[in-house]
Amino acid sequence: MKALAARRHHRFTPVVIVMFALLVVGGIYAAFAPSSAQADTATNQDIQEGEKLFLANCATCHGANAEGSDIYPSLIGVGAAAVDFQVGTGRMPMQASGPQAPAKPAQMNETQTKQLSAYVASLGPGPSIPSAEQVDPEKGDIANGAAIFRTNCAMCHNAVGAGGALSEGKFAPSLWETTPTHLYEAMLTGPQSMPVFNDGTLTSEEKRDVIAFVVDQREGSAGGLSLGSLGPVSEGVWVWIVGMGALIGAAVWIGAKSS
Amino acid sequence: MSELNKNASNDIVASHGDKFTDPGIPAHKERMSDKDPAAAKRAEHQSAFLFTLSIIGTITAVVVYFAIRPEGTVTSVRNANLALGIAIAFALLGIGLGAIHWAKALMSDHEVIDERHPIVSSDEDRAGAIEALEAGVKDANIGRRTVLKGSAVTALGLFPLTIAVPLVSSVGNDWDVSKFRHTLWEKGKRLTTDPAGRPVKASEITVGSVVHIIPEVSEEERASHAWISEKAKAVVLLVRLDPKDLKETEERKSWSYDGIVAYSKICTHVGCPVALYEQQTHHLLCPCHQSTFDVADGAKVVFGPAKRALPQLPITVDDEGYLIAQDDFNEPIGPSYWERLK
Repeated sequence: MKALAARRHHRFTPVVIVMFALLVVGGIYAAFAPSSAQADTATNQDIQEGEKLFLANCATCHGANAEGSDIYPSLIGVGAAAVDFQVGTGRMPMQASGPQAPAKPAQMNETQTKQLSAYVASLGPGPSIPSAEQVDPEKGDIANGAAIFRTNCAMCHNAVGAGGALSEGKFAPSLWETTPTHLYEAMLTGPQSMPVFNDGTLTSEEKRDVIAFVVDQREGSAGGLSLGSLGPVSEGVWVWIVGMGALIGAAVWIGAKSS
Repeated sequence: MSELNKNASNDIVASHGDKFTDPGIPAHKERMSDKDPAAAKRAEHQSAFLFTLSIIGTITAVVVYFAIRPEGTVTSVRNANLALGIAIAFALLGIGLGAIHWAKALMSDHEVIDERHPIVSSDEDRAGAIEALEAGVKDANIGRRTVLKGSAVTALGLFPLTIAVPLVSSVGNDWDVSKFRHTLWEKGKRLTTDPAGRPVKASEITVGSVVHIIPEVSEEERASHAWISEKAKAVVLLVRLDPKDLKETEERKSWSYDGIVAYSKICTHVGCPVALYEQQTHHLLCPCHQSTFDVADGAKVVFGPAKRALPQLPITVDDEGYLIAQDDFNEPIGPSYWERLK
């Protein structure tokens, strides 16, 4: 059945090639995308601009002094890393209240994100944005990253980072398009449902190993089309509908009389 | 059956006669290739084309094998497999489709009837077989030679023991269930990270953190085979909550440390590692059957098939600020088994 499925999808070579071309391009982009600005280069000017942006875009929920409320978290002490992640991936400002704050095209440009980060970081000490070296997948140990990923991340994000369902409409997102910096910041700050993996529990080097592992998965599988790496559901649909369909079609053709 | 029904059924039988007549084979329909020589020629060409496709596929497969070598990267392995697979698919499909098309369009398609023959052997064969059997019994003299008979039956009867004894014995060779009741945790044992084995300081864990924990053991112990079974029982999930979110019973107040709680990671349903922790709801989900435990409230079951709360590991800190266990779990970890409460 597996061999059949493999043979079947070879007939869709153009689709396969386009899919992988997209994956590879996405991977290269993610690896070489310019990393976010450093928080320690923030100036007073940045902080002031950031405050204006904050009042215009964030204060409705998080409060004029970022003090938060019963429903909305306080941003004092969340640090520049949390802002860079939430705003940089488009999760914040949130479009609508809901169980999940989904990633979407970022509303703020890089400068605005930097200014907002600088402002929030000025409210209280918190984790800062990692340096380019801290998130460089080339410097990470993929094997160690895989071991850490299996223990700490795979139960929600899937064994190769394809993402997965949580409860009540929440989900753990796919990690294939997340930039190394955002991966690092997510571990460091624990956005939304995700727990925090600070430097005490997962050292900076270990985080880089995890990033190296995640980036390595973007190359896809040596076996061919991975069908989203979602496991038995997508693979089962493929085998039962496409595979069995082809078998039944062949049987009907063999059995039918020639006209 | 009532008189009326009887009459009715008789009528139906009578109206259909005793037997259906055999309708015979439907009239033979000629194919295009039978009627039109041009169509036959076309079918021949189509089959020949499919065989040629197979030949090209085979040659391509050999060429591809030498031309595209997997160079060690995932992409190159995938490309090599993909090219080879497509070429072989053409090679095999070409033969199969060509042969079937040939058979369907060009070979004789006149219907032929092959009558079934009776299953029973002829009377002579049956009589001969019984005769041979009786002669054999008489020759062996089974009725008289009791020692021979007894020893043969005993030998045959005993032989299955060579399979059954090792099988049954290895299934149940260890009936000591007390080992399920204890884990590696003991008073003063440090909590270390999984897989690095680094001790954890209470001060390093921020609110909302999750740490996957194994007991502190030496490097050699961790390389041993026994470690796998021990680790499977001893894995713990450490979570730090805001102390005001934490609901604790009076007796367990001393089991946590400043909002840090530690629970067995082995599901009480069928023993999967429970590890999907939602930081905002404090819910801990089992990935296997979606049992959900509330970490803020004694890891009690809030959803799913699990019946018991996750066992809690009592923890505290040592002089250097590292987290240590106060004791082993106070109940067996993991799913239920018969002797669990004995």
